[in-house]
Amino acid sequence: MTLTRSARRRLVPVSLVLVGLALAACASPAGRTSEQAGPRGFTEAEQVAGSPITVWVDASRVTAVDAFTAANPDVKVQVETYDGSANGSDSFKTKISLLDRAGSGWPDVVFSTQNNDAAWASVGAGGQQPFAAVLNKGLVKDDLLSGFTKGSLDPCTVDGAVYCLRNDLAQDVLWYDRSLMDQFGYKLPTTWEEYTELGERVAREHPGYITGAAGDPFTPEIFFWPSKCGASGVVGPRAMTVNTTSPQCQRAAQLVDRGVQGGWMTDLSVFSPEFVQKYTGKVLMMPGPAWFAGAIFNNEASLNVPAGRIGAAAPLPWAGEEPATGNVGGGTWFVSSHSKNLDAATRFVDFVTTADDYQVAKAPGYPAYAPAADKWIAGQERSGYYATDLSALTVAAPQVWSGWGAPAFSQEAVWARTMQPLITSRQPLEQALGTWGQAIVDQAKVNGYTVQ
Amino acid sequence: MGLAFVGPYVVLMLAFGIIPAVYAVALAFSRADGGFAGLDNFVRVITDFRFLPAVQHVAVYLVLWLVMLTVLVVVLALVLHAVTTRWVSRALRLLYYLPGALAGASAVLLWLFVLNPDAGPAGPLLKAMGFETFAQTIQPGNLSLVFAVIAFWTGAGQWVIVMYGALNNIPTEVMEAARIDGANPVQIALRIQLPLLRKWIAYMAVLALAAGTQLFVEPTLLSQASTGVVPNDYSVNQLAYQYAFNLSDFNGAAAIAVLLLVVSVALSAVFVLRGGLFDTEEP
Repeated sequence: MTLTRSARRRLVPVSLVLVGLALAACASPAGRTSEQAGPRGFTEAEQVAGSPITVWVDASRVTAVDAFTAANPDVKVQVETYDGSANGSDSFKTKISLLDRAGSGWPDVVFSTQNNDAAWASVGAGGQQPFAAVLNKGLVKDDLLSGFTKGSLDPCTVDGAVYCLRNDLAQDVLWYDRSLMDQFGYKLPTTWEEYTELGERVAREHPGYITGAAGDPFTPEIFFWPSKCGASGVVGPRAMTVNTTSPQCQRAAQLVDRGVQGGWMTDLSVFSPEFVQKYTGKVLMMPGPAWFAGAIFNNEASLNVPAGRIGAAAPLPWAGEEPATGNVGGGTWFVSSHSKNLDAATRFVDFVTTADDYQVAKAPGYPAYAPAADKWIAGQERSGYYATDLSALTVAAPQVWSGWGAPAFSQEAVWARTMQPLITSRQPLEQALGTWGQAIVDQAKVNGYTVQ
Repeated sequence: MGLAFVGPYVVLMLAFGIIPAVYAVALAFSRADGGFAGLDNFVRVITDFRFLPAVQHVAVYLVLWLVMLTVLVVVLALVLHAVTTRWVSRALRLLYYLPGALAGASAVLLWLFVLNPDAGPAGPLLKAMGFETFAQTIQPGNLSLVFAVIAFWTGAGQWVIVMYGALNNIPTEVMEAARIDGANPVQIALRIQLPLLRKWIAYMAVLALAAGTQLFVEPTLLSQASTGVVPNDYSVNQLAYQYAFNLSDFNGAAAIAVLLLVVSVALSAVFVLRGGLFDTEEP
């Protein structure tokens, strides 16, 4: 490598700065405590009225930012898109950790597709105060907070403090193609047992058609969570219970095993091109979250099922039990405790979670804010796309089983590495339930949890 | 004058090599609050349930890759050197070099398609081998080989060119003498060319080893593309990254980095000494 004389001269001060940085980093302060908390529950940065706010969103939520800027032209918003921490990539946490280390550069508002961010964002790291601002001690008005669907702010709440607002609920329902069901002469199942029987009948009578999908990292949230499998019990800010070998877990594992091995459940990810290629027009039923409708059925790039065919049925119970359901994500909005314009940042999260301009007019998922949810359902029904009314979603919303909590790590990532390869290679999950549980316990421990 | 030539390199090496390494060693022996930690950080990362699998993954990958690299690069270079038609030789050199022109991350993105039996040009071959879907191709057992193949594809071409240059440096008198003595091409390769290439092969192995122990980009991208089936702590370097930026444990991350440094320096020393890389006498 050749360098000019002037370039070399410039390198000397650069290297001195680097040495300085290295030394400064050596002397980072210890973590701050909450004793210094301000009147609204956290230490606030010096406010600069009218300063621009930086907002991190995934690609799908750019419309939320557009809706906000259209309605609030006085607020300067800088948008940065990232992957939304989807599929347990933990990029939200990783990026904030880096900024904590740097001590500056935090965004003002962050959208995450995951439910497990409040667990870490409510705790300080790297000598910095917790990233998430406390929202229920003065920042967001109480009457607005009380409008959220019951239980929907649970993943945002740690020790009574609310650290994020829920964007949408992702309660599981039973999606089905009514035209195909009628054509084949099948009746909708009313329990998981009937669902299994019907699946096996489909495999015999109409091979190639499927009644479910088990190829994604959120498979446990569709089959194990509604079965009340205690894989993810969060009992304290840093305490968990993990029991993956209970009868509830076993029956869910048997269900998926029978489905995948019988060929009536696919082992492909519903987001893979292979899935679209193989199963367009061949999905008879699909238990899954509210957002399946917009992401898979009514999406030109996915199955693109024509209007008037897709219906939603309430979550299935196991025979003799009360119905319960699971939840697959449902985004969350965070305000940074470091924000220099808390007023604008709060206005932003208030707007995107509750305003009709976004949640009713544009949002692809079922709004967590109850008044918006009712209007959203009405709007969806008016669209004429669905073959049934969407009351199943409203029924399912409060039925999400509360025994499955959101720890600071991604359950989806644990499932993806331990159980997904078994599904892909057609090995039974039932024998691997212990391994799965151990993987959860291991992951919990490195994240500082005690497991009871 | 000599100082002026060496100076810029020394400055850069201090800034981006020595100082960070010293900083990492200091971090590795400190607690989060700055106090002396002794070996605590090392004990913590080594007993982490993810550590041994990561070491195993990287070790298998290294063995596969280094063997593949050494054997195939040398064979390809010898074949290339034996080609006497000018345009064929030139075309082949360009062809070998091309994949290396793609930067690391984009090469991996390209491989996401190649590994997909439904989308990639190698689809029929993958299907013949029993892989029907992308998820099946990247089952955990296949990964070390997959990463070795990707690394070979992106990195080997440049080494073929380097070896080709080294072969051209072998004096024609030596080759001629061998031919007059009745040696056939295989004997020339084994008795003359290979021994004279020894330093170059050792040089390649040292650099490949240094790059290989730091396996990071390939599994990281594949982890995202496979929605986590390839874990984000597959390699040792990834685990260090997880420690630093997911657990905010920079001391643990530094401990892993120091372990990695010690192991790769030790392995490099073996190659350097066995390969006679620092021998200065003329052959």
